[in-house]
Amino acid sequence: MARVVVDVMLKPEILDPQGQAVQRALPRLGFEGIADVRQGKRFELEVDGPVDEAALARIHEIAETFLANTVIEDFVVKVEEPK
Amino acid sequence: MTARIGVVTFPGTLDDRDSLRAVRIAGAEPVSLWHRDKDLHQVDAVVLAGGFSYGDYLRAGAISRFSPVMATVIEQAKAGMPVLGICNGFQILTESHLLPGAMLRNNHLHFICRDQKLRVESADTAWTSDYSAGQEISVPLKNIDGRYVADERTLDELEAEGRVAFRYLDGNPNGSLRDIAGISNAAGNVVGLMPHPEHAVEPLIGTGRTDGLGFFTSILKKLVSA
Repeated sequence: MARVVVDVMLKPEILDPQGQAVQRALPRLGFEGIADVRQGKRFELEVDGPVDEAALARIHEIAETFLANTVIEDFVVKVEEPK
Repeated sequence: MTARIGVVTFPGTLDDRDSLRAVRIAGAEPVSLWHRDKDLHQVDAVVLAGGFSYGDYLRAGAISRFSPVMATVIEQAKAGMPVLGICNGFQILTESHLLPGAMLRNNHLHFICRDQKLRVESADTAWTSDYSAGQEISVPLKNIDGRYVADERTLDELEAEGRVAFRYLDGNPNGSLRDIAGISNAAGNVVGLMPHPEHAVEPLIGTGRTDGLGFFTSILKKLVSA
């Protein structure tokens, strides 16, 4: 089975309070030098059959209609190379 | 014949009973709708009630949007049927693109539960005609994903077309842009808001006032006169 990864991130102009909370916690934990953190979502899709053009087009549609809300989020679809 | 108003129950909906009761108290006939129903059982209007449909997994309202009942609700709403989305229902309406923008985690990241003062900005929707523009009401608010966002162009358009239906007063509880608590579509039949009018229809519960009843009397009046 092949794996396709869909990364979903809030658009840059959308306030990300979860990322900010993580960023603010870092110095308290002794991790200095991180200017900003933004938190996203990663979906790993195990695909039946080959990841051909048709399968990728379908996953793109899944990402666009369901996994991401394109009003507020951007997404990237990547095929993960088998190890 | 009295108007039939449906209230949808998704797995995880919490406020369907209160919404049904609000419909009854206003004098309409409450009809329970199930998320798997494709058929709306001849209702004249639909309320999408609050709660955490499908556990809010993925995003609040995102999974419900694809339930069988929503296919029909979306189609009927576009044809002019009145739809009110309260809290999770508002989230479902934005995910369905029946209303513009999106709902995000509160800017302070906390669940908030309090009485909330609102200003009615528009009495020109199917669900707000019993209020007057500028009127101040108080209804309960309880959510963690209540931050309304949209791009500047959409916000300007909403303001220019009088589609900001409600604004938060005495402090913005969640970081909603321009203090927006509720909006309507261009036709005014679809309205969504985060606070809970259905919890303020009897003096004994909620805020101790009946400020929320106007939603349900507004729609009843509209349907009966139609």
